[in-house]
Amino acid sequence: MEKWLRSESVSKLADALLPVFAALAALAVGALMLLVLGANPFEAFGALLDGAFGSANSLADTVVKATPLLLIGLGICISFRGNVINIGGEGQMIIGALLATALGLAFPDWPGIVMIPLAMLAGFVGGAFWGGIPGALKAYFNVNEILSTIMMNAIAVQLMNFLLSGPMIDPVQAAKASQIPQTARLSTSFDLPRLIPTRLHLGAGIAVLLAILVYILLWRTTIGYRIRAVGQNRFASRYAGIDVKRQIVLALLLSGAFAGLAGAIQVFGINHRMITDGSATGFTGNAGFNGIVAALFGQLNPIGTIPAAFFFGALLVGANKLQRVMQVPSALITTINGLVVVFVVSSEKWRKTREQKRLTDMMAEIDGDPPPNPEKAVKEVGS
Amino acid sequence: MSDSQLLPTGQKKINHLEMIEISKFFPGVIANNRVNFDVKAGEVHALLGENGAGKSTLMKVLYGLYPPEEGAIKLDGEQVVIGSPVDSIGLGIGMIHQHFMLVESLTVAENVALGLASTRGPLTDLDIVSQRIQELSEIYGLQVDPKALIWQLSVGQQQRVEIIKALYRGAALLILDEPTAVLTPQEVDEFFLTMRKMMDDGHALIFISHKLHEVLDISHRISVLRDGHMIGTIPVEGATKEKLAEMMVGREIGLKKERVSNEKSEKKLILKNISAQSDRGTPALKGIDLEVYSGEILGVAGVSGNGQKELAEVITGLRNVTSGQVVLEDEDVTGLSPKELINRSLSYIPEERMRDGMIKEFTVAENLILREYDQLPFANNGFLNLKNISTHSDEMIKSFNVKTPSQETTVKSLSGGNIQKLVLARELFRKPRTLIAAQPTRGLDIGAMEYVHLRLLEQREEGTATILISEDLDEILALSDRIAVIFEGEIMGIIDREEATTERLGLMMAGVVE
Repeated sequence: MEKWLRSESVSKLADALLPVFAALAALAVGALMLLVLGANPFEAFGALLDGAFGSANSLADTVVKATPLLLIGLGICISFRGNVINIGGEGQMIIGALLATALGLAFPDWPGIVMIPLAMLAGFVGGAFWGGIPGALKAYFNVNEILSTIMMNAIAVQLMNFLLSGPMIDPVQAAKASQIPQTARLSTSFDLPRLIPTRLHLGAGIAVLLAILVYILLWRTTIGYRIRAVGQNRFASRYAGIDVKRQIVLALLLSGAFAGLAGAIQVFGINHRMITDGSATGFTGNAGFNGIVAALFGQLNPIGTIPAAFFFGALLVGANKLQRVMQVPSALITTINGLVVVFVVSSEKWRKTREQKRLTDMMAEIDGDPPPNPEKAVKEVGS
Repeated sequence: MSDSQLLPTGQKKINHLEMIEISKFFPGVIANNRVNFDVKAGEVHALLGENGAGKSTLMKVLYGLYPPEEGAIKLDGEQVVIGSPVDSIGLGIGMIHQHFMLVESLTVAENVALGLASTRGPLTDLDIVSQRIQELSEIYGLQVDPKALIWQLSVGQQQRVEIIKALYRGAALLILDEPTAVLTPQEVDEFFLTMRKMMDDGHALIFISHKLHEVLDISHRISVLRDGHMIGTIPVEGATKEKLAEMMVGREIGLKKERVSNEKSEKKLILKNISAQSDRGTPALKGIDLEVYSGEILGVAGVSGNGQKELAEVITGLRNVTSGQVVLEDEDVTGLSPKELINRSLSYIPEERMRDGMIKEFTVAENLILREYDQLPFANNGFLNLKNISTHSDEMIKSFNVKTPSQETTVKSLSGGNIQKLVLARELFRKPRTLIAAQPTRGLDIGAMEYVHLRLLEQREEGTATILISEDLDEILALSDRIAVIFEGEIMGIIDREEATTERLGLMMAGVVE
């Protein structure tokens, strides 16, 4: 076993597949839970798969669910690579959606070909603004971004509740006693084009295209170089002549922008109006948080985030069917979701340790002088 | 040496430890080839060798981190098997690693107790541990407060904690892996006092160092490893720096450099009455005046922490001045950003290379463009030119002889010497007109040090104005044209190299004004 693992190509392949194995292990634990609940795990996962991929419609729903996860995940790739922790995806998504919706409501007569790109841009700008505020607070006043982005989520929800029950309320609802806090339906000419006769809309295509662009941004441009440099070592970045504060703002700004775009796409592609149940989840479906998970599952690589978002989209859609068929609580899916996160994040740590060990061994071979690696040494002493 | 078979710590002495015909192979490399090594109670046995000579491997075999392929280890005549550090610690062997194994957020006592069973079962016994730490520090003069948090301690104090940790675990034989590399000269003196005390009490000490004068100062016997072979073990009597260097490298090393005398031409860099603050906001530089000419190396000697770091950062734009003026090539550059100074052909080899000079998670290739990542030929219109970056990396790796598996390897996997070569490659490739080199050879072995020196002299001949900041007086004397001595943020004087002696510089470094 040990010898087999030492072969480098095998070892690298194993590392690449590690998140998949981790996800399978998480599902295995989920199966145990299903057993405890008295459900047959094979039937249950069968239902889940069927729900997620069983028909053109269900597959389309999976992709639709995955789209905001991917977009937010892309923003997370940027901010986390810049060592800025953006927990504000929910709020940024809401603000992007509000701005895009407001634009769509204000000019209902514009042709779709003009409005749709402008609305997407509005979502992008709205999210960027909402992400840029905590970015500037962190860069120039050293305010912890985890706190400020969470706070900004709360503000965004209240702003949404206020606007949808007042200034932006559907005139029809305003006249009724029910006063449901929602906007009017956007002009049907603004609906994102559907790709095939399902709920699948153009948003998914935009998201995949952007994933490629974000990859290029991070690894092929000087902007990406700067963000990654600041994320890894601020001292050396200053030494390299990089304006560190500006990169921190930029990382959060871009991260927010992708969340805002996700919000605009959610409105123009699916809901065609904004409606609130008073919570953020009512609109976002937790995409602001699940996007973080997708990005981490994709190892903070924009391309890797594509299948990761798809996987979580499938879990979400399949869960509905699972719940219906097996009569198990939907909380179970949240649990399995959580298990996947725990397993994948742990396996990531393991993968990094293995990678470092491989490099250290390689260096010992060519140099005879292992690198300074306190982590490894501590482990040795402890063993 | 006392005749008792017990050390003052109550531990039994290790009278004689022998490593016999030890061989250790790595795939494709023979790290140790039938190496014999021994150490006795009450002696310091120095182990010398270049990076990659097999010193670390040999010591890791002794400490139980690597199993040897061949050979035996005998302790007081009896063969022992050391399969892990648990075994070696049990036998009374302790190791002080070059990079400390301390948890920064815990106290001294907590670090010492870490990994040991408490006498109170699940509850901690830190008061008992603290008491024992006090006893040990009194015996060996290792002053340290058991309640202090590690991050608050200086490097020298942290090292004392490491030694106490080993003694606490009953070490009778200590492996000291380059213990002085991180210490200031004063701390080295204190450390040697501790070593002598341990030696007198009957501890057996193995001392690994690159610094020949230290080895000659403290050791009884000196062994030299080269390419995995034991070249020889000689008594300190009759050993000289030149002889040891030759044994290590396998050829004669010119410790003194031949240098061409350059006509002083133009003033490149002028510092006028510069004052600046340290990170803590205390005055670090107090009215510094310096001038550097092209084709000249101006040595700045001084004990670390007297304003050298701030001086380098002020010149390179990383730190603001509180008053004064920096003039580079007849232009006032005070307050310009690091970026603008990079563009004025100023190179900087920072003292803390892993913190300031390298992004350790970045690849070799990415680090080699750190200072010019957005300029031609590495980038155009905001897009990186990966092909040019890759070609450049290959050239740099080759011409600076960097040992790395590939240019895609992350820098954190490389050894200190190779990392410093990368910094040099990056800073010198630009053919800088002005160069600030801070402690450029700290932690390097003799071969690498010689290499750095040659490169610096090469730059000098090409007309670069260099400020060489170093604590190593041998280095300062070997390379500088003029020597400025810095003490508590002030220049104590500037003297020509011909007039400089170690004694005179030493006095100035201690703050004695001439």
